[in-house]
Amino acid sequence: MNTFNKIFCLLFAVLLFASCKKDDPVVVPEDVKFTVPSNFPAPTYSFSSNEITQSGFELGRRLFYDPIFSRDSSISCGDCHISYSAFSHVDHITSHGINGLLGKRNAPAVQNMAWRTSFFWDGGVPLLDLVPLNAIQNPVEMDEVPANVVRKLNRSSVYPAMFKKAFPGLDTISGADMLKALSQFMNMLVSANSRYDHYVRGESGGTLSADELAGLALFKAKCSTCHATDLFTDQSFRNNGILSDFTLDKCRYEVSTFPDDIGKFAVPSLRNVERTPPYMHNGKFKTLEAVLNHYTSGVKDTPSLDPLLKQNGQLGIPLTDIEKQQIIAFLKTLTDESFSTDPRFQHP
Amino acid sequence: MKNYLFGLLAFALFATVLTSCSKDGDDTTTDLTGTGSVTLEFDHRAGDASLVFGANYRTANGDTVKFSTFNYFVSNFVFVKSDGTEYTVPKDECYFLVKHDDAESREVTISGIPAGDYNEVKFIIGVDSAKSVSPVDQRKGVLDPAAGASGMYWAWNSGYIFVKVEGTSPQAPLNSSTGERTIEYHTGLFGGMTSKTLNNIKEVELHSHDEAAKVRKDTKPHFHIYVDILEMFTSPTNIDVFDNPTSHAGPYSEIVANNYADMFILDHIHN
Ligand code: HEC
Ligand code: HEC
Repeated sequence: MNTFNKIFCLLFAVLLFASCKKDDPVVVPEDVKFTVPSNFPAPTYSFSSNEITQSGFELGRRLFYDPIFSRDSSISCGDCHISYSAFSHVDHITSHGINGLLGKRNAPAVQNMAWRTSFFWDGGVPLLDLVPLNAIQNPVEMDEVPANVVRKLNRSSVYPAMFKKAFPGLDTISGADMLKALSQFMNMLVSANSRYDHYVRGESGGTLSADELAGLALFKAKCSTCHATDLFTDQSFRNNGILSDFTLDKCRYEVSTFPDDIGKFAVPSLRNVERTPPYMHNGKFKTLEAVLNHYTSGVKDTPSLDPLLKQNGQLGIPLTDIEKQQIIAFLKTLTDESFSTDPRFQHP
Repeated sequence: MKNYLFGLLAFALFATVLTSCSKDGDDTTTDLTGTGSVTLEFDHRAGDASLVFGANYRTANGDTVKFSTFNYFVSNFVFVKSDGTEYTVPKDECYFLVKHDDAESREVTISGIPAGDYNEVKFIIGVDSAKSVSPVDQRKGVLDPAAGASGMYWAWNSGYIFVKVEGTSPQAPLNSSTGERTIEYHTGLFGGMTSKTLNNIKEVELHSHDEAAKVRKDTKPHFHIYVDILEMFTSPTNIDVFDNPTSHAGPYSEIVANNYADMFILDHIHN
């Protein structure tokens, strides 16, 4: 072989290799590893029964963005849980499902799921693995039967091989493995690199302005009982005075059947809150200003109203306009740009 | 020599009679080593009659009811000997979904029970809370929520439906979604995990004073259990199908569960 030929061959090989890579739908950096940020508590997910692997994660991501879960193949998890808005449904008061049907609640951010003790606004689901069953079966979300999805997956041309790789020793795709793969993807959705995180961990890039620091102090004093820890939720169910009548959605009561729970909703995390309007379970507020105005002067008094919002017979949390702006400035330090744009989490 | 042979034959005959006697259960074999099995026969009744789907029955409230579905989970079995010692069946072998329209499911056989005389069986109606929150790959067969757990699973208020009773009644109001006078009682709720919910798990203890299941290596004792569907409509609270034609995961389910808690009655034990 002369030199020209040799070079040609090499070039050809490189080209072939490169084009191969381009066609491959799953080009991700090989760094799928779950780590607990030092400012977070211990996770609650039982990783021993579902360890995250590269192939399991990739499979889960593919499933997350695949409309195969909906009855008419029109909608995927990723259509309602959008990466830009920390996997919430930005700008939709309540989320649209198949046939454009409107759900009654706003799609929350899917982030830091591995630390959760329950899921959904009413806490009706205690395990991440079981969450997709609810989304799949909900007539206003995907309106499909999980067993049908498993059948569709088994008939597909790509999934059987992907499942074999992710869960070796398996002949047919099982529902449990489908759920485990989705959990692997969702467990990797950890948001812990906001400016606030760098600040509390004493890392570079963690400088907060005087206003932001004042906001943080106010937040600690006025909000952090409910929006607690660096997860920014104590994961309890509370009524923050959002409505004067809960006839349309009694929320936690519908799960627990205890009358005291009428009007109680899961306290949401406030990470990436700048990116997740509209706010509250019913999408009542479009801006953080409106949220703060709610806490100072909009709180409605109903039997299950949280006592923290009615201290000394006074409704709401007293704050001056400047204090409100400082809290908002602080809340914006919780925006984690690297989370929303992480290439590993995007549509494959 | 002849005598000797005759003697041997006589002895053999005697021995056969003896063993066959003990096999009949008139006498207790003393060989209490090894394990055996017990079959629980769930004999579905509607009051004094056998349960037949589509037939009319009268509830304690005086309503006429017809049934089309009767399914329930039983689990967490414990067998008790007359001296009070208990044998707890390993958890994972012990979740059963009984369906009236599936005759096979109405006979549940549990093996691996240490030999002994058992006169009591304890179990729960439903699925315990630990199983209700266990990882998905520890839930096989009838418990597999991804396979729908045979229609006995709620995805939105995650957990198993313990007892499912469906049918119609002329006294029930017209149901706009079915177009019929439907009655429908789906009862579940295991008590929640970190945050509490209503707990409708019911424990059942069935005890016999004069009979015992003689579990041996080679015996097949049965607990013959009556399950009276009409008990769900009464004691302690009479259900009026006009006022409460349906009940799902709401507060009324507590009343339904308290009613059905006593629907299991031990008719007899046979060996
Ligand atoms: C039609 C829009 C829609 C689709 C499609 C959808 N979801 Fe959701 N999702 C929602 C809404 C709305 C909620 C909140 C509902 C509630 O709390 O009642 C939610 C809640 C969740 C939660 C709980 C978050 C929390 O903070 O409690 C997770 C996790 C989740 N969805 C994952 C998924 C997965 C996985 C899929 C695909 C199998 C999916 N979703 C498909 C709209 C959607
Ligand atoms: C008594 C507990 C409690 C306190 C105190 C509290 N919150 Fe909340 N917060 C909640 C609950 C519960 C919700 C969800 C209510 C709903 O959706 O109906 C919520 C929702 C929010 C939301 C909307 C998040 C979203 O994604 O929709 C924001 C923003 C928020 N709170 C900020 C604050 C701030 C800032 C403070 C302090 C000034 C504060 N909260 C104090 C319980 C509390």
